[in-house]
Amino acid sequence: MAPVKVFGPAMSTNVARILVCLEEVGAEYEVVNIDMQAKEHKSPEHLARNPFGQIPAFQDGDIVLFESRAIAKYVLRKFSKSAGVDLLREGDLKEAAMVDVWTEVEAHTYNPALSPVVYECLIYPAMRGVPTNQKVVEESLEKLKKVLDVYEARLSKHDYLAGDFLSFADLNHFPYTHYFMGTPHASLFDAYPHVKAWWERLAARPSVKKISANMPLKF
Amino acid sequence: MAMKVYGPAASTNVARVLVCLEEVGLDYELVPVDMTKGELKSPAHVSRNPFESRAISKYILRKGGSQLLREGNLSEAAMVDVWLEVESGHFDSAMSPIIFQCFVVPIFMGGTTDMKVVEENLEKLNKSLEVYEARLSKFKYLAGDFVSLADISHFPMAHYLLAGPHASVIDAYPHVKAWIADIMSRPSVKKVTELMEAAIRMN
Repeated sequence: MAPVKVFGPAMSTNVARILVCLEEVGAEYEVVNIDMQAKEHKSPEHLARNPFGQIPAFQDGDIVLFESRAIAKYVLRKFSKSAGVDLLREGDLKEAAMVDVWTEVEAHTYNPALSPVVYECLIYPAMRGVPTNQKVVEESLEKLKKVLDVYEARLSKHDYLAGDFLSFADLNHFPYTHYFMGTPHASLFDAYPHVKAWWERLAARPSVKKISANMPLKF
Repeated sequence: MAMKVYGPAASTNVARVLVCLEEVGLDYELVPVDMTKGELKSPAHVSRNPFESRAISKYILRKGGSQLLREGNLSEAAMVDVWLEVESGHFDSAMSPIIFQCFVVPIFMGGTTDMKVVEENLEKLNKSLEVYEARLSKFKYLAGDFVSLADISHFPMAHYLLAGPHASVIDAYPHVKAWIADIMSRPSVKKVTELMEAAIRMN
């Protein structure tokens, strides 16, 4: 079986989202860099993979996909059985629903509160040479605290978000949280002991360690 | 025991869940939650807040044995997922501010529509609709030549687009226009559209 291809820079959060799943299922893959500075993501070749001209994109033989969460789910569905993992729980109605719920929460609630801090503190200064907008950071941190209150309550009852089992929902949190820990606000998590412990469990996973190695905190 | 759905029928997120219940023919009870009375934040609601209409929709479709997710087929299920993500990131993200400015602000908040916000988001919507037009020129539905949750999930926002002052934006995209008409003609969608309209009239 030919290795699957993931198109995009290895340090991109949404590429990492897919790579960590590939690592969890032990699938063979190849990362094909897309040169964002040279606008390669807007080239006709890439637009044929992702009509919105974004990264990542993905190819497995004839199958071409875009949208990192859809790609990650495809990877998990295809390779989980042979790898002996079950990160989507699609065999169990209730468990699958809980995985879906917390995957949606990451996308619609956690990430919108946390990612502006990553963009303002790390990405924009490095990539655009602009100073951090402290107002955006402050507002985001306030929202994030409210979100972490809910996470703390949840993780006081269960080891992981969907229940007492690691799932796709937890892994989805890794890429942006990894970069958040490289901002001056990492210590925010100290006020939420169960969240902190959950994060440390995730960060200790071999898959997460391996992909993190290509995501330097200084750029 | 009938499933309970908490929320106002006029809400796009609630409508999304209701249409799935209609599609699979499962019994349900709609428990209205008065958004204006702060019921959303009350302890009773927060503790049973099932949040995330897409997760709920999928649960309902799986429970009802629906074919709208195509989970028996790897590549089809992946295409459904892709276009559900597109809906969230490239359609809802532009439609939401437009609907808020054109409906919620004047009708529920007694305020004035911010046309700058509307214009910016119409521009984004147009860019997205170009991609949808190209897709729907090749396939009858978004995930392929089969209807799926990816298509139906668009209906609540599409309903408000058609009912609002900017409905003509889809005239430039004939395949998108035909696809919306097709989705809106589904019995499940018609039924929930009626519930949405009745809820708005009550206000």
